[in-house]
Amino acid sequence: MLLAGPVGWLLIAYLGSLAVLFIASLWQLDDFSGEIVHKVGFQNFQELIETPVYRTIVFRTVLIAALVTITDVILAFPIAFFMAKVASPRVRALLVVAVLMPLWSSYLVKVYTWRIMLQHDGIVNWALDPFGLSGPGFGNVATWLVFSYLWLPFMVLPIYAGLERIPNSMLDASGDLGGHPWTTFRRVVLPLAMPAVAAGSIFTFSLTLGDYIAPTLVSSTQFIGNVVYSNVGIANNLPLAAAFATVPVAIMIVYLLIARRLGAFESL
Amino acid sequence: MHISDGMRWALRVGTAITLAFIYVPLIVIAIYAFNESRSQAWPIDGFTLEWFDRAFHNPGVRDALWTSVKAATGATLIALALGTLAALAISRYRFFGRDTVSFLIILPIALPGIVTGMALNATFTQVLGVDLSLFTVIVGHATFCIVVVFNNAVARLRRSGTSLEEASADLGANSWRTFRFVTFPTLRTALVAGALLAFALSFDEIIVTTFTIGQEQTLPIWIFANYARPNQLPIVNVVGLTVILLSIIPVYLANRLSQDPIGAAGPAPAGGAAAAAAR
Repeated sequence: MLLAGPVGWLLIAYLGSLAVLFIASLWQLDDFSGEIVHKVGFQNFQELIETPVYRTIVFRTVLIAALVTITDVILAFPIAFFMAKVASPRVRALLVVAVLMPLWSSYLVKVYTWRIMLQHDGIVNWALDPFGLSGPGFGNVATWLVFSYLWLPFMVLPIYAGLERIPNSMLDASGDLGGHPWTTFRRVVLPLAMPAVAAGSIFTFSLTLGDYIAPTLVSSTQFIGNVVYSNVGIANNLPLAAAFATVPVAIMIVYLLIARRLGAFESL
Repeated sequence: MHISDGMRWALRVGTAITLAFIYVPLIVIAIYAFNESRSQAWPIDGFTLEWFDRAFHNPGVRDALWTSVKAATGATLIALALGTLAALAISRYRFFGRDTVSFLIILPIALPGIVTGMALNATFTQVLGVDLSLFTVIVGHATFCIVVVFNNAVARLRRSGTSLEEASADLGANSWRTFRFVTFPTLRTALVAGALLAFALSFDEIIVTTFTIGQEQTLPIWIFANYARPNQLPIVNVVGLTVILLSIIPVYLANRLSQDPIGAAGPAPAGGAAAAAAR
């Protein structure tokens, strides 16, 4: 009885919508009238696979998503390790809040801020100028940077939780047996933290796949999200947009299956 | 545990770099909101409060703020009702398909926002034939806000256990009285925290909003429509700072409210909140 409301809502509003999305991806656009024809076929998917531009866009999106994930792992490890093993409980609690808060502050404003910072007379160029350097400007590098920035907290928190579960005695044992800190890190910490890294990467990967706002603001190249967005808004080709929206879903299903083998679901 | 001094310092430096990376942009936008000049060049020319005044009297900004507040309030109320019911059912009863229901509640934030947005858009425009409006935005936001209320309520119900409710039933209270005088009071602060988070989540959401909104503009949509207009940029900066503050303050309050009174709050709530913030 209690469940009737929420389940009904989610079934109708959400699962129903997802079903519609898949059905709509099989519809097509009448070439002459531009009206949607409710006839089922796989032309949209055929178009996706056969158009080189679309292939490039999917490849670019996945590549950036992978780079962002790696960058965030590198940035997250020191602070997560510091929080889990070095900081006093007080400092640790402060750091958790410090990492958590920006996660909730407006996503759009954060992207917009990077636009302000990366523009040619912005703070990045101003800071690099004395060294004879200049910032990346707008483009793929900027997109990679902004995505890494946006999703970083999603990586820090699971890794922190994962590292905290590793008993200190294990690290000490490795050191006592003559393991160099780097060896300890590579042979003890990293394997034990792997499920947490995989859990964090679900977010960094999935969020990058579906985003179109950041690429719009700091670059002119297209990502999966941009194609979906422009086909709904400007081109008014809803079936093609729906078909393209299923691409991140398919990639994420594969990704989740891999992540589950790495034990990510236990550390979510 | 033994960590060499060199290692300790390396970790401190790494931590400082990451923290700087996280906070410098937020500080930069805060400074820009007070920028005297219309130009967006760094360093800024001087400080002024003029743009706050202009933003406050800008009809577009006012409408957008009002729309955002209405959307977030509507979505929060629906999420509060449905999230609480789902949490009670999941944590107090065992039934067939219990895990499926938890999965269903988490799904809207686990999939990319563009999928949720696109799916709702197709349903509203193609199947239901509903015009996109504030109402459809509220439906969309409520769908992914349910999980934050749900998470907070479930965590509290799990901690508080069932013994008080059993005592109440043994003393002859029916299930409504038990809920009214036992369950609800223990749940109250968790629900307020969940509602604050849901409000913050809805307030700065843009992707699902873009796909479900009609003619109106929420604050993020207003920013997205104006970020490329040089004349509007000083006001965009002010609106940006406002949106940041209006989403951080509820989160801060929620964080304090949902703190476990016994002090057993470990990394679990942090992870849960991270999952909940994923759109």
